[in-house]
Amino acid sequence: MLKEKLLELREQALANISSANGLKALQEAQIRFLGKKGPITEVMKSMGKLSAEERPVVGQLANEVRKLIAARIEEKKADLEAKLLEMKLEHEKIDVTLPGRKIATGSPHLLASIIQEVEDLFIGLGFSIEEGPEVEQDYYNFEALNLPKDHPARDMQDSFYITDELLMRTHTSPVQAHTLEKHKGVGPVKVICPGKVYRRDNDDATHSHQFMQIEGLYVDHHVRLSDLKGILTVFAKHMFGADREIRLRPSFFPFTEPSVEMDISCFRCGGHGCNVCKGTGWIEILGAGMVHPNVLRMSGFDPSEYTGFAFGMGPERIAMLKYGIEDIRHFYTNDIRFLRQFNRA
Amino acid sequence: MLVSYKWLQDYVDLSGITPEELADKITNSGIEVEHIVYPGEGLKGIVVGKVESCEQHPEAEKLHLCQVDLGAESVQIVCGAPNVAAGQKVPVATVGARIANNVKIKRAKLRGEISNGMICSLDELGFDHNYVPKEYADGIYVFDDEVPVGADALPYLNLDDAILDLDILVNSAHCMNMIGVAYEVGAILDRPIKLKKPEVIESDQPASEKISISVDAGDKVSYYGARVLNSIKVAPSPRWMQLRLINAGVRPISNVVDVSNYVMLEYGQPLHTFDFDQFGSDHVLVRFAGDHEEITTLDGQLRKLTDEDLLITNGKKGVAVAGVMGGENTEVSRATENVLLEAAIFDPISIRKTAARLQLRSDASSRYEKGLDRNRVALAADRAAELLVRYAHATVLKGIVEVGERTVDEHQITMPWQKINQVLGADFTCEQIVGILRRLNFIVDVEDETMHVSVPARRFDVTIPEDLVEEVGRIYGYNHIPATLPEGTSSHASLTPYQKIRRRVEGLMNSMGLTQAYTYSLTSKENASFYVVNNQGVEPTQVVWPMSEEHAALRQSIVPQLINVAQYHLNRQMPDIKFYEIGKVFLPVKGEARPAEEEHLAGIITGKRTERNWEGESDAVDFFSVKGIVESLLDSLAVGDQIVYAPSKREGMHPGQTADILFKGEVIGYLGTLHPKVEKDYGLSETFVFELAIESLLHHGEADIKYHGLPRFPSTTRDIALVVKRTVAAADLDRVIRENGTPLLKSVRLFDVYEGSHVAPDEKSMAFSLVYFDPERTLTDEEVTIVHEKIVRACAEQLGAELRG
Ligand SMILES: [Zn+2]
Repeated sequence: MLKEKLLELREQALANISSANGLKALQEAQIRFLGKKGPITEVMKSMGKLSAEERPVVGQLANEVRKLIAARIEEKKADLEAKLLEMKLEHEKIDVTLPGRKIATGSPHLLASIIQEVEDLFIGLGFSIEEGPEVEQDYYNFEALNLPKDHPARDMQDSFYITDELLMRTHTSPVQAHTLEKHKGVGPVKVICPGKVYRRDNDDATHSHQFMQIEGLYVDHHVRLSDLKGILTVFAKHMFGADREIRLRPSFFPFTEPSVEMDISCFRCGGHGCNVCKGTGWIEILGAGMVHPNVLRMSGFDPSEYTGFAFGMGPERIAMLKYGIEDIRHFYTNDIRFLRQFNRA
Repeated sequence: MLVSYKWLQDYVDLSGITPEELADKITNSGIEVEHIVYPGEGLKGIVVGKVESCEQHPEAEKLHLCQVDLGAESVQIVCGAPNVAAGQKVPVATVGARIANNVKIKRAKLRGEISNGMICSLDELGFDHNYVPKEYADGIYVFDDEVPVGADALPYLNLDDAILDLDILVNSAHCMNMIGVAYEVGAILDRPIKLKKPEVIESDQPASEKISISVDAGDKVSYYGARVLNSIKVAPSPRWMQLRLINAGVRPISNVVDVSNYVMLEYGQPLHTFDFDQFGSDHVLVRFAGDHEEITTLDGQLRKLTDEDLLITNGKKGVAVAGVMGGENTEVSRATENVLLEAAIFDPISIRKTAARLQLRSDASSRYEKGLDRNRVALAADRAAELLVRYAHATVLKGIVEVGERTVDEHQITMPWQKINQVLGADFTCEQIVGILRRLNFIVDVEDETMHVSVPARRFDVTIPEDLVEEVGRIYGYNHIPATLPEGTSSHASLTPYQKIRRRVEGLMNSMGLTQAYTYSLTSKENASFYVVNNQGVEPTQVVWPMSEEHAALRQSIVPQLINVAQYHLNRQMPDIKFYEIGKVFLPVKGEARPAEEEHLAGIITGKRTERNWEGESDAVDFFSVKGIVESLLDSLAVGDQIVYAPSKREGMHPGQTADILFKGEVIGYLGTLHPKVEKDYGLSETFVFELAIESLLHHGEADIKYHGLPRFPSTTRDIALVVKRTVAAADLDRVIRENGTPLLKSVRLFDVYEGSHVAPDEKSMAFSLVYFDPERTLTDEEVTIVHEKIVRACAEQLGAELRG
């Protein structure tokens, strides 16, 4: 009797579960068949009336039915949930080609990038970075660099003077003199000095009354011109490409003796001649030389014990050459359309 | 310096070396050849013709019918030059020839008469009219007799020459003359040079009977010599000399003037000639000019002198500004018969000052300024006398009348010859070094390790051992010197703490969307006075001689420059901008000419926070955007919690939207909104700026990082909403809360500000989130409540705050 009832309940429940079309219906079925007041519980309660032989048989059947129904409900539930999730995901579909919310970043200035690149190279070679004042004493800007007051290479008209003895520095070389003084006659001195310099020029495509310079100085026992050549070769390859060659031409600067001008083989044409190198295959990059003994002496170094080399370059020129920039004023106009192009420089 | 390839061959054998090769070699040895000019470039078919007959053109008054012998044939040529005449030898452009500016000569009919070519003026052959001698300026050129008829005319006009333009720097002044260039080229090519000693035919009468000299000018005149030349016939100088002068960029005038110019070009020694009959005395006195003394120079200008100028006088009045320009009163003219020839050595600095002040830079003064061969002065006087005998029929009186020494000793340099290898990093033998120095015509003696070098006076730029290092290096060629890496102690290097943190600041600014600007330090006086962080209203440091008003003073703040950058972008339809700059500002120091230099960081933002996109327009930036940038920056640099913001009033800033930035009680910057008046003046929309004295704030670099273990116990968060008068600042509440929070209070964050209908009209509500924490244990509710209530009480007592119900 009870057995038949259980089997019937089983059929009813399974049919009910399989036809449930939502989680709510399924939950109702669960309460109806497995709830505390449900028919299976009723059957269990009435089992006491059964014989001792029948009781375990019916009991076992009741448990099995119960388990089966519960399992089917779980299965059906998972099924329904999966379908719901699928619907939800379908609904949440978006146009992934729409632009994202970007976080706008700014750009470093091209000159800052060039200077940093040079600094990092030379730090790696054991040079530290020295900076100095932009308003400089005449002594450090000229005299300590072997340019006495009446030196013909010195033209008052080229400088922005503040008083007779003070001016806007015309090069970063005075940092050399300051640095040597600080070392009180004891080497080695290995520094790179980047900074702003000022000349009494009218601003045009190739002139700027303010521009940047990077000066390098290495003073020690037995520093040789061949060392300068070696260091400059490393620099040229680092900045302009591994297959660059350099050449040194004699030149003149009052603070170096001998003085040289460094050319690199043209990075555009590889030396065959083009408009970048004006057909020569070589591009003038910087001036350099062996520190003049007068400069060493005036800054407290004994030229019979110490030698050194110095070089000076213009980051604007490097940038203009590297990127084909046609007007030096771009660096100081700060047009965002200019600056942004060098975000990765 | 214009160097004629043809002329140079007088002194050095240039066979096998083209002008281009020579130019390359000179450049690679230290004197840049800027370019080579070929004066006859493009000319073709120009021959020497002889005018056999010259008749009036029947139809045209100003034209002549010439029959011209061209060697191979005789042709009729119509010529319009006023100076054409029978018997002349002239340059003729034959039919089919090319003359200057690539003009082709064709057979032509002029007023009915056939013309088979053209007789040429120098202009038509490409000569610069400025250098054409006066006698040929308005007509054809006429050769002297020695030129063969029918020959190619170009060599006889030096139009087959190549002119090398040498860029002479301070150290290469020894090449400001042909003999100097010859020595240089001889050394470069390792070829001997040929020089002839001038031979002067003198009369028996001593010059000293006619003239005496005294010098009263301290050490500024080391030599003054004079020759007297009589019975001169002033006339044009010979063709070869005229053409050499023209190719050197000097206009031929007359034999007397041309000879002194020629000798200056050849020897480098400036000479001056006086018309002796106009000299006005038999005595030369060289002295300083009196203050305000005046002289009319050759160019007709009245010159006011000072007591620093050297003046040549006849004992009473000035006859020449020494080394710069002669006086009009003694100028050589067509009528001159007797000449006083001056050859002197003047102090370079003195000449430089005078020439600069009178704005009279001449070929002579620039040679005095850069330096002369001290031992060539009397030779130059002899050379001029020699040429004037030959080309001006001069009678030269015996001897040079002089004050001072004609020559000085050669300069001696003693050094270990190995020093050259040590400095260059080369591996020369002693013989190689000596060989190179001897190519330069230096005299060298070697004693074991020591080298004695005697340097001729013409190389006055070579004075110390290092100069000899350079001579050897440049003549040998730096390209042959190896590239090495320094052998010295390897050293470690790194950025200084400030340099490191400055790079971090740049990176943070970029990541917050600000682009780096570089603006000028020199600005207008007005701009240089605005937006100063401290000590506003101080006059900026100014340059004494500015190029323009815009760059006359040193900036005390970066903000005005950034305002210009913003305006630039606004004017170009780029209204959304964010810029920053790190750079020096120059702050005047009381009682000192030199300003203090401080590196500042400044920023400017205006426009939308982000670009408009498909989600719509973003909000505009505002005060809290700029403040957020500054706060984020300072937090990242771990100083944010030591910074206080205080309302402030600053010129050019919005009076209600500006805050000073204080660090340890000192104002180190400010931020806020530009004053609407400024925005209007510059055509800006709402614009926000900041400036920070970043160097003084961060010069120590970043503080060390102190690590704390992760919390093992939970923290407790309690929110608190306080109603206060509107005048109470958020910072006041924040401060009182923190002061009373005991060590248990770990953080305070304002999360809501409310003004409106739920509070009184003069009140506002501010809600804070407070976090309590003890690293050693879990806090009980009671413990937190005690602290929390203390805070509420303090806020009530100190700021009248009430808990919002
Ligand atoms: Zn090229």
